[in-house]
Amino acid sequence: MSVAKPLPHDAARLHVTGAARYVDDIPLPANTLHLAFGLSQIAAGTVTALDLNAVRRAPGVQGVWTAADLPSDCDCSPSAHDEPLLAGDTILYLGQPLFLVAATCHLAARHAAARALVTYEETDAILTIDDALAAESRFEDGPVVWSRGDAEAAIADAPHRVNGVIEMGGQEHFYLEGQTAAALPQEGGDMLVHASTQHPTEIQHKVADALGLPMHAVRVETRRMGGGFGGKESQGNALAIACAVVAQATGRPAKMRYDRDDDFLITGKRHDFRIAYRAGFDDAGRVLGVDIVQMARCGWAQDLSLPVCDRAMLHADNAYHLPAVRLESHRLRTNTQSATAFRGFGGPQGMLGIERVMDHIAHSLGRDPLEVRRANYYAAARVERVEGGISTKKKQLTPYGMEVSDFILHEMTEALADRCDYAARRARVAEWNAAHPVLKRGIALTPVKFGISFTLTHLNQAGALVHVYQDGSIAMNHGGTEMGQGLFQKVAQVAAASFGVEIGVVKITATDTAKVPNTSATAASSGSDLNGMAVKAACDTIRARMAAHLAAERQADPGAVQFEDGRVVIGSDVLSFAEAAQACYQGRVSLSATGFYKTPKLSWDRKRGAGRPFLYFAYGAACSEVVLDTLTGENRILATHILHDCGRSLNPALDMGQIEGGFVQGAGWLTTEELVWDARGRLRTHAPSTYKIPACSDRPQVFDVMLWDAENREETIYRSKAVGEPPFMLGMSVFHALSDAVAACGPGYPALDAPATPERLLAAVRRVRG
Amino acid sequence: MTTHDITITINGEAITATVPARRNLVDFIRQEAGLTGSHVGCEHGVCGACTVEVNGTPVRGCLMLAVQADGAHVTTVEGLADTGRGHRLRAAFQTHNALQCGFCTPGMLASALEYVEGGGTADRTAIREHISGNYCRCTGYQAIVDAIVEVIETGEGA
Ligand code: FES
Ligand code: FES
Repeated sequence: MSVAKPLPHDAARLHVTGAARYVDDIPLPANTLHLAFGLSQIAAGTVTALDLNAVRRAPGVQGVWTAADLPSDCDCSPSAHDEPLLAGDTILYLGQPLFLVAATCHLAARHAAARALVTYEETDAILTIDDALAAESRFEDGPVVWSRGDAEAAIADAPHRVNGVIEMGGQEHFYLEGQTAAALPQEGGDMLVHASTQHPTEIQHKVADALGLPMHAVRVETRRMGGGFGGKESQGNALAIACAVVAQATGRPAKMRYDRDDDFLITGKRHDFRIAYRAGFDDAGRVLGVDIVQMARCGWAQDLSLPVCDRAMLHADNAYHLPAVRLESHRLRTNTQSATAFRGFGGPQGMLGIERVMDHIAHSLGRDPLEVRRANYYAAARVERVEGGISTKKKQLTPYGMEVSDFILHEMTEALADRCDYAARRARVAEWNAAHPVLKRGIALTPVKFGISFTLTHLNQAGALVHVYQDGSIAMNHGGTEMGQGLFQKVAQVAAASFGVEIGVVKITATDTAKVPNTSATAASSGSDLNGMAVKAACDTIRARMAAHLAAERQADPGAVQFEDGRVVIGSDVLSFAEAAQACYQGRVSLSATGFYKTPKLSWDRKRGAGRPFLYFAYGAACSEVVLDTLTGENRILATHILHDCGRSLNPALDMGQIEGGFVQGAGWLTTEELVWDARGRLRTHAPSTYKIPACSDRPQVFDVMLWDAENREETIYRSKAVGEPPFMLGMSVFHALSDAVAACGPGYPALDAPATPERLLAAVRRVRG
Repeated sequence: MTTHDITITINGEAITATVPARRNLVDFIRQEAGLTGSHVGCEHGVCGACTVEVNGTPVRGCLMLAVQADGAHVTTVEGLADTGRGHRLRAAFQTHNALQCGFCTPGMLASALEYVEGGGTADRTAIREHISGNYCRCTGYQAIVDAIVEVIETGEGA
């Protein structure tokens, strides 16, 4: 069977030979136009004069569009219809596209765009969380509040209390392949779009709206992305729409690729958050009541900010049972890039808040933070013991009222602590710190519990299309997109397993809105859960038809027909799969089917913050040890041990890759990746020269990753679990290890903010020394 | 814009073209030679996705102008695949899953090849230092280092 095998990525051979094609590599006709945006140079205000004469006269320029020249407002928003492709008079952030240039080559378009003469009237920009709070600049009317129990009373009555604030920065996706799209006009006014996007259906929808066409006139194809991480969920819309507008107006193909600096300046990033907390707890560090206020900087447009902020609230508990809790979430509108989806989708920020609370409680009691974390864990999942018909199991509910019935972190934490020798190493770190005044070590073990499903319930659906050809070869298509995560291979493994054939028999084809319609974004880690099930449903349909026909011919029982090892066994008869396909074709059996899947059991009321938004939780735990130079703030990760839950892994090799990559990206978010805007709202870190993602030399010297092998309790595809986002939050172990190292410098609490750059670490060292 | 007539031999094939003075080498390779295996990631010399060999030395294709490479011999990832050079590294990258989205892979292979062909040892710290000029946003680098170590430990050459 092909599932659960560690098969390499389906396109690995193409990648190592340079033959894998990204959007920018697709050969286009010689008359293709290349596009660039001219960007606003102020963060807030109005354009008083836009002189584009020099742009129009620049070499190679074939056309220039302003907002007034567009066929419609060409809205790019995935939600609130508040993102016009080009700003009119009103400027909402520095980097906002003002006009569009089409030229004979990419460089000519960019050089021309730089020649615009723009006069502005600048107004005071709302840049920071404090600016936005002062100006009451928000999305939705006021803060969203969810609560369970009386947190206020529980905090007041508790034997101990802590309170504090943690600031955490955003994060640039830095997909290695920048945003790219191309549009080719077709006969009858139809449009073909190639886009580097996680959401082809949305591109189709937005392009159709912009051009005034029905969705059936627009076809979007996505073979692969050079990384997405959430940054290509909505942020690719503008390029695709721009290309389609130019292609429609000129009848020529059009392509757009952001230069890296433009990509940083134009597109949204992870939301930065400020989280304020007050907690009451007992002598063992068990939380009795907690009040958490999350403030998110959402940027100029609503984009995906509401579900991101919801997910931050949904992860404000992480792995901990909070008996009385009040959550308040502020979604703040600012004159900055529109913060957007990024791996974890608000979950990491929500979790970092409660992890800070745990760390702070442990420090105030002088206890090992791991001990405090474990004391607060949800109760272990166990088989329900029923005595006299009454369940004795005590239900533990999340702050939003969902029962946590699959909690496995007790066992996982135990296993990881053993494997990495946590207790002994913690003692050695303490000894080492006592002997070394300058270099300090720190160690931390942190858990992850991440909810799987889109929180907008209707998005939890997927479609697939499967064909079996008369020679026994199989073509498969589904709505998921490939951004490197190995989704296509995993789903192909599902198809191969259904028919009992080798993986090579299954052809993986590009995501195409003409093949499978109305798909959701490949996001929320749901790619293989949803698309794997949809493909399986299609395969099951075809297999049942084949079995019925082959069995009828032989007066056999269709239920006894076996598909395995490339053969079909019907009683004593054995056919190769190809012979079986040929026989079914001859017998006039339809060998093509669609498949559909919708996630069961979900019910969620986001206004009240109550219900079951997730089908299940994915779990993980990581232990990191660091060393910090307290004179310079420089630091290194000495060792990281990870234990991560993928259910019954569909492909352990691909899952390991997601875990390792997710951890490193998460550690980057909390350490080196710092976004800096100046006082006028210009992003100063707009290139890799100033924005530092982890390099190979930054990864842990010892890096030990293991899968926790246990099937998903829910009926997911082959009982696997989603793996795209959850490992990202394993990076929190590095942040808390750094905080632990700082705590070794003095009696105070480090109250470290993220990212923990050398500057912030030094400030924290000073703080604890008092 | 001033233009120049130049000839660059790419993967053994001489390509003559008239190019603007400011065209960089990786754009020349992608546009004039139509070889799209070399990728453009950052266009200012930091990410390494554009790494190609010029006269036997790895070079950032976005930092070198095409006119500077006039008369040079350039080898790209496609050229390596055609000649079989680096086949053990390519195989190891596949079996170790040293790639996910694959966008960094051609540049990463060029740097890895320089290390292995230059007689680099299987010391993981040295390997990490050597490839730390090539960014990968997907893999966390673990599998890349594993692949290079395996190539060095299990045989002769890259
Ligand atoms: S594109 Fe040349 S180093 Fe990034
Ligand atoms: S595999 Fe995506 S950047 Fe390396």
